Amino acid sequence: MTLVAVLFWILAGFTALSALAVTFTTRIVRSAVWLLFTLAGTAGLFFLLGAEFLGAAQLLIYVGGTMVLVIFGVMLTASHPASSLQTNIAEWSLALSVGVLLYAVLCVVLFSVPAVTDAPEETSRSLLASKYLGSALLGNSSATPAAWLTGFPSEKPLPRTRVHYLLPFEIVSIHLLVVLVGAAYLARAKRRPETKP
Amino acid sequence: MNGELQAFFEQNGYSPQAAAVASGLALALLSAVMLLGLLFVNSIFFVWLERKVAGRIQDRLGPTRVGGKFGWLQTIADGIKLLFKEDLIPQKADGLLFRLAPYLTFAGVYAAFIALPFAQGWVAYGSASGALSIGVLFVLAMLSTEVFGILLAGYGSGSKWALFGGMREAAQMVSYEVPLALSVLVPVIATGSMDLGHIAREQQGWFWEWFLFRDPFTFLAFWVYFICAIASCKRAPFDLAEAESELVAGFHTEYSGIRWLFFFLAEYSAMFAVSGLAVILFFGGWHLGLPFWTFFATGPELSQVLAWPHPVLSLGNVVNALVFLLKCYLLVFVQMWIRWTLPRLRIDQVMMTCLKYLLPIACFLLLGISLWEVFLRSLVGPYCKATLATLVVGSLTITLIQIWRSPASQPPTLEVAVPWNPTRPPSIPQPKA
Repeated sequence: MTLVAVLFWILAGFTALSALAVTFTTRIVRSAVWLLFTLAGTAGLFFLLGAEFLGAAQLLIYVGGTMVLVIFGVMLTASHPASSLQTNIAEWSLALSVGVLLYAVLCVVLFSVPAVTDAPEETSRSLLASKYLGSALLGNSSATPAAWLTGFPSEKPLPRTRVHYLLPFEIVSIHLLVVLVGAAYLARAKRRPETKP
Repeated sequence: MNGELQAFFEQNGYSPQAAAVASGLALALLSAVMLLGLLFVNSIFFVWLERKVAGRIQDRLGPTRVGGKFGWLQTIADGIKLLFKEDLIPQKADGLLFRLAPYLTFAGVYAAFIALPFAQGWVAYGSASGALSIGVLFVLAMLSTEVFGILLAGYGSGSKWALFGGMREAAQMVSYEVPLALSVLVPVIATGSMDLGHIAREQQGWFWEWFLFRDPFTFLAFWVYFICAIASCKRAPFDLAEAESELVAGFHTEYSGIRWLFFFLAEYSAMFAVSGLAVILFFGGWHLGLPFWTFFATGPELSQVLAWPHPVLSLGNVVNALVFLLKCYLLVFVQMWIRWTLPRLRIDQVMMTCLKYLLPIACFLLLGISLWEVFLRSLVGPYCKATLATLVVGSLTITLIQIWRSPASQPPTLEVAVPWNPTRPPSIPQPKA
């Protein structure tokens, strides 16, 4: 057992336990807190695998941003936040079937993708791993992220367009812009008919 | 370091695999304990400093009695009092979340120090050549998790005041994170790297190499960063989450004893963390800024000139770390100075400052630095650097001279008190009989 393996089992166990707690707790705010630990544990696994950019982005976006908004929404909307959630048998069966299907898909993918063998070495980690990702996002075709960043073996090139990651990057940006405009529209002050004196 | 420790463990009868695990664990524990000790001592010092600064600004003396002359044991006495204080959990509180919140708040800030280099190669995680390759993003991400603990404290307390404080904090943090991250991106674009060690090494040499003086965009980015950093530490004038005059104590109203202590450890550690990030991004990191030794020796870095007895644990690096700490303390002092000088903003003013002013300015700076790097830097870069450095240093010197010459800084002339003498003043005419 190397140190990395020990840390992996600790982190994976922590993540799995808090994921179970998300489903089994009946208070909605506590459930959100357990979800926070699940996401943080996943970020820890990313750090352990050497995908530091992904881990930090996960923390920044999910833990710092999304989860705060979730808690914020729950605190503002729930009439009795401390009351327990009741789930009936139909909801249980629906959730269980979706979960089993997702698990089956993951298993199929897991056993069909060849194992990544060119693991990161200690020297390549100092070579500014995020630089390749940034260049590829700007459409620079000479800078393709290494196999250990994307998870795809380098001898089998992906079917990419000539602009590389630029097109998906722009689509995501426009999507975020639409979300921002929508949020501003929803949160704007409702205009009331002006009362004349 | 790791290799040497591993060899040491192997000499003492460990198998190579066990030696690797043991040396990794030992290094991790060592850096964790050292960082924790630094944060505790810093917080003790900062609380004392905050009281002295507040006292001086309000024309008082601050603590004077405990521990001799300057009241320097006051914080330790308070800490011991807090350790023995009764620990209360309100009846309506959500016990689990109430207990969890202070530790979560502190853990987020503490984890930010994993990627913060204190000197050349002095970083908890990283190699000798550099820190974590995305150190800037990591520190920002860890500092952004701090808000979660505060939100939970606000919710878990089961109190109106705490809930209001937590919600204000969440609204403030979610909006101020955007200009904070955008202003941090400006020096990142200037260096082309997110590695904090690399960014600091780009600024070695004389002080005009610091990013504060590099170009107008990094200069303005520092002010945007510093305002957002004060807001993200929820200190005055942005301390709406714990507004004493409206919300009792905001999110920590219901806390006492050691849990309350953890909130304040987190606050003072966060002040130190954002100051450390500012020092590395804008103020040359651990570089002194006056490399006079280049006249005598060949190394550009102090750690290369005084490279004894170990390349990482060298004498020069100790000096570098002290320089870094001194710069951080100066910025922390500025934060305290601002806190005790400016009044608190209203929540709409806080939001307007962020969304109407800081966010557009940060976006403009981001565009500006990109254009500067592509077009203008090769043309006017050195002139701009010289102009900015001269202007800033010149105005600082003039200000200091003015303060030194002003009558307020002269020692006051004491008026000798005249003993009370109950005699009729001679000037009053005597009534005639």
